[in-house]
Amino acid sequence: MLETIDGIFNFLTRPEIVFPGAFVLLYLSLRYARVWTRPPIALGIGVFLAALFVYSCAPGVGIAEGHEQFVESAAKADNVPITMMLGLLYFFFWLSLRKAVVNDERIEKGLPPVEADEKSRKVLVWPDLVYTELIAMVGVTVVLIVWALLLPAPIEEPANPGRTPNPAKAPWYFLGLQEMLVYFDPWLAGILIPALIMVGLICIPYIDRNPKGNGYYTLKERYGAIFVFLFGFLVLWVLQVFIGTFLRGYGWNFFGVYEKWDVNKVEPLLNIDVSEIFYVKMLGMYEPENTLVRELPGILLVLGYMTVLPVLFAVTKGKKLFRELGAVRFGIMVNLGLIMLAVPIKMVLRWLFNLKYIVNIPEWQLNI
Amino acid sequence: MLKKLTDFVRGSQVWKSIFRHGPPTTARNRAMVMLANVFLHLHPVRARASGIRLSFTWCMGGLTFFLFLVETVTGILLMFYYRPVAASAFNDIVALREDVPLGIMREIHRWGAHAMVITVWLHMFRVFMTGSYKPPREFNWGIGVVLLVVTLLLSFTGYLLPWDQLAIWAVTVGTNMARAHPAIGHEGPGSNLLVIDDIQFVTSGDDIRYALLGGRFVGEGTLLRFYVLHCIAVPVIAMVLMAVHFWRVRKDGGISGPL
Ligand code: HEM
Repeated sequence: MLETIDGIFNFLTRPEIVFPGAFVLLYLSLRYARVWTRPPIALGIGVFLAALFVYSCAPGVGIAEGHEQFVESAAKADNVPITMMLGLLYFFFWLSLRKAVVNDERIEKGLPPVEADEKSRKVLVWPDLVYTELIAMVGVTVVLIVWALLLPAPIEEPANPGRTPNPAKAPWYFLGLQEMLVYFDPWLAGILIPALIMVGLICIPYIDRNPKGNGYYTLKERYGAIFVFLFGFLVLWVLQVFIGTFLRGYGWNFFGVYEKWDVNKVEPLLNIDVSEIFYVKMLGMYEPENTLVRELPGILLVLGYMTVLPVLFAVTKGKKLFRELGAVRFGIMVNLGLIMLAVPIKMVLRWLFNLKYIVNIPEWQLNI
Repeated sequence: MLKKLTDFVRGSQVWKSIFRHGPPTTARNRAMVMLANVFLHLHPVRARASGIRLSFTWCMGGLTFFLFLVETVTGILLMFYYRPVAASAFNDIVALREDVPLGIMREIHRWGAHAMVITVWLHMFRVFMTGSYKPPREFNWGIGVVLLVVTLLLSFTGYLLPWDQLAIWAVTVGTNMARAHPAIGHEGPGSNLLVIDDIQFVTSGDDIRYALLGGRFVGEGTLLRFYVLHCIAVPVIAMVLMAVHFWRVRKDGGISGPL
């Protein structure tokens, strides 16, 4: 019985399930925010998640060695903050949506948001703010000291450049980028994608021209912006940290949450490139000798994706947006959005077709 | 009795020379506290009730700053004991717990660093959810994004210093990506363009990764570089950016609120 449940969770945490699943979950949690953010329901979900965590850590139930594996990952001193962060994220995700829902209901009734009511009232920073800050600082200090007393900082064997640990993992906050290495070459995963995340974040205020929702919580007035941001933050970043920590084992292979990491696990590597799909599978011929000719379909795909799609969008559904934003803003926004979308697209292509490269020019180390 | 004592202390020349106003029981004196103290002066005297509500800001920006201060203090204490050379780094770290009285400084420093990464993410999350990046705060959001990166870099450069297996391999994985930099990494697409007469200009001996590591591999040179980056370069950058960040919070009209 419990082993069946564990089996279900192992299935649910497969990459091709967990990503679309998280996406759907995010969609539902925003769509039905009014329902689930009600304190009793939200508390119930929180208790359920906590219980799930306790269950995962319980030894000797379900697939016993799978739980041991989970505990081993969760209890690594440097991984403890991840569990804390996930708990805090659930709480603050709920808090922000709850406040947004309350405000949205007020706005529907023609009232201003809660924050506006209080806005005209000015209070003295001493004592109202200074004391809150003092208490927060004392609280954090106590937490840190208790944490430090209970949990020794990790120290492993002395550095030995000759012995690579398996798996070798980056610090937890960079695991999202390490996960990208599965799907992209390092120049994309390690350099271009992080750079674009930074640029993209900085661009947000200049792209999102919606004047509403400035300085108060609201979901309805800026649904699209919140959805895109949370998709990036929760699904493409935080979920990757979770995956890198709990689901990536020996040889950076994928394992279910309750699956024992097997040293001998070998994933069949039947990766194929776009050039092979196009020339061999579709046209039934050999791949051309000339690199550029061979890679032409892939290059056209990439260029088309980045240039044709924005134009198509501008003259169809995005007409209004294009008029509002102007060509430059629109171009930057759509291109950033397309690059963000390219990440899950490449993942899906990998799962469905074992696609490795869209463009593969090893002579130039230019692989996309 | 107690009242007499406090009156005596408050009336003394010493007290009066430090605090230039009466006890903060009247509105005027409460304003004076904020104005006369250089640290409290980061804050305005008055603020909108909505902006300082804990459930609005979650105090996450403030806690990030507080954790930065904790890291500064504990970091200085650690520097007394730690020498950034491969021969002693590991042993110095072990000794921090074994031989140093009250040896939890390393723990506080490490967990504080993790906590700071978490609070800075939550702070960004809050700022986004309240739409506080919208005009007039666009620029400060940008400063914030850079601060986020700087926070991660602080944490990452510190990760190497214990000089154990965990440290060098995490940093190896992290810095391996640099060799694929499209323009200045020797395994990046651009390195093949910068070739004249078969002489490659971007090689494993002069690319960005080499500059970062001070060698072709994570080694002695890397330890010193990361130490200097971690203890001096990145904190200084962080401090400058924080000063700008806080200044702009005030200049952009304080914590955001409905227009
Ligand atoms: C080392 C990192 C950081 C520190 C110490 C810091 C500190 C602060 C503090 C103390 C405030 C006052 C309000 C509050 O506590 O929420 C604030 C506001 C703000 N922060 Fe940060 N911050 C940091 C990183 C960031 C990041 C990563 C972002 C966004 C990407 C950001 C964007 C902003 C904005 C836009 C405001 C104004 C918010 C408002 O008016 O409601 N900051 N910051």
